[in-house]
Amino acid sequence: MISVAVRKRDGDFVLDARFESGAGVTALFGVSGAGKTSIVNAIAGLVRPDWGRITVGDAVLFDSDMGVFLAPERRGVGYVFQEDRLFPHLDVRRNLRYGSRRRDGARDAPDFDAIVELLGLDRLLDRLPHRLSGGEKQRVAIGRAVLSHPRLLLMDEPLANLDAARRDEILPFLEKMCRDLAVPIIYVSHAIDEITRLADTLVVVDAGKTLAVGAVSEVTTRLDIAPLTDRRDAGTVLDGRIESHDSTYHLTTVSFPGGQLVVPAIGGIIGEKLRLRIQARDVAIATDTPSHISTLNCLPGVITDIGMPRHAHQDILVDVGMPILARLTLRSVADLGLAPGRQVTALIKSVAVDRNAAAAD
Amino acid sequence: MTVLSPLELEIIALSLRVAFWAVLFSLPLAIAAAWLLARTTFPGKVIVDGVLHLPLVVPPVVVGFSLLVLFGRQGAIGGVLYENFGVSFAFDGKGAALAAGVMAFPLMVRAIRLSIEAIDRRLETAARTLGASPPRVFATITLPLALPGILAGTVLAFARSLGEFGATITFASNIPGETRTLPLAIFTLTQSPGAQDAILRLVLISIAIALGALVLSEVLSRRVTARIRGDAA
Repeated sequence: MISVAVRKRDGDFVLDARFESGAGVTALFGVSGAGKTSIVNAIAGLVRPDWGRITVGDAVLFDSDMGVFLAPERRGVGYVFQEDRLFPHLDVRRNLRYGSRRRDGARDAPDFDAIVELLGLDRLLDRLPHRLSGGEKQRVAIGRAVLSHPRLLLMDEPLANLDAARRDEILPFLEKMCRDLAVPIIYVSHAIDEITRLADTLVVVDAGKTLAVGAVSEVTTRLDIAPLTDRRDAGTVLDGRIESHDSTYHLTTVSFPGGQLVVPAIGGIIGEKLRLRIQARDVAIATDTPSHISTLNCLPGVITDIGMPRHAHQDILVDVGMPILARLTLRSVADLGLAPGRQVTALIKSVAVDRNAAAAD
Repeated sequence: MTVLSPLELEIIALSLRVAFWAVLFSLPLAIAAAWLLARTTFPGKVIVDGVLHLPLVVPPVVVGFSLLVLFGRQGAIGGVLYENFGVSFAFDGKGAALAAGVMAFPLMVRAIRLSIEAIDRRLETAARTLGASPPRVFATITLPLALPGILAGTVLAFARSLGEFGATITFASNIPGETRTLPLAIFTLTQSPGAQDAILRLVLISIAIALGALVLSEVLSRRVTARIRGDAA
């Protein structure tokens, strides 16, 4: 259990963050300058908040009322920075082992060979950092933080300084790591696609404040939060299971609480969990049940909420067993007379598979 | 010029010994001072910085006289050392080393300080998040990364110590076999007529030793830098 409540004034910027999260990956999401890095720096002990309390499990890292402020080296908090920050005079092996002197009887130390294999570092061990590519450096930095035996791992946009190719190279390693490690992770990002691939809990940060905290699928469909996500990126995240495969038409049926979706065939065994993402602009709304239509996924539901108009568009939240976001033009909303409570059908034109165990291998 | 006379060998050995001890004792102090100046702020830092640089700008004879006042047998520090430990600096090889060390100190601090300031502090922060205490960060990150500057500062101070004249002759006097280092021996020879050849030989020896030290420092420094940064060599 991670609990963070901090306040810090820095000139005109006021950080006022408050969230709790559990195991798995917690994403801090927001635009640059929103205060995400300030929050993780406070957790790591690199800055001292004016007020607050930070606990991880039983450990109190900071408590302004009790006058507790643990030094960074005593927090047991691993940190992967935006830049790799590898020690240039130490080879990869010694970089990886730098933090492994930290010991804590309560937790099992991570196995060096297992982490090296997980991150694909076995061939790099004897190299100095300047002989590594950008992606390799960042993998070493991740391994080094994991091997420091942390009770909590902070990752501050570890992919932000990499080009798209390097990013795609590392994401699978990250996914595997997030799945395999018992250590809770706080992952800072302004890229919603990274978050939907990696995170379980989402914390939305804006102008120094934590606006929303909850499961990724819940928070991404909140209309009051939607304007913060990239306009083109707004969408719905669904956690489902593979129900069946149709080999004739190369389709896979995925079930989620309240319904089913048919998607182009994906790998994976029946019953396997996966995460789907439906972009709001890929969802159309019909007020009756269309009969002659090419769209495979027509889900009946009820409009639960309508967002504020932005430019020519408006976001509509439809409950089809799960809330789904649809982005329509203002004119369509007016022409169809859409309003909360109205029975409609959501037509889903395409679905992206965001997290799939088989696809990551 | 091929064979050195026993007297010349004695002078060279004495000079190297004086410079060696001067550098050995000032190195830890110089690293500490460089770190304080590079990484901390404290009231009166400007004054401390100024005092450390004084030997560079005041006449060496002033430094020598100040040492006499402070470290002489009746001096504020020297008196305590002599009475309690029987250690005496004046008119002795130790005095020559002290004078040389004090004169070379600013050069050493400057080189080390610059290299510490050039270290990316984010690396030190990263080390602390990996569980390293500040002393361990200093020993495993700061010190190794400052090594090129430490080497350069050491060699520079060594060369400066070999050439020390004014403070040495004032504080430790000019005693053959005790404090008569290369520059003092050359000075002594210039006082007697007909010693042109002997002077020339000592002058060339001085130049050779100094040049050798500078070349060695450059080679070592490049090697260390190459190991750290890879492409800098």
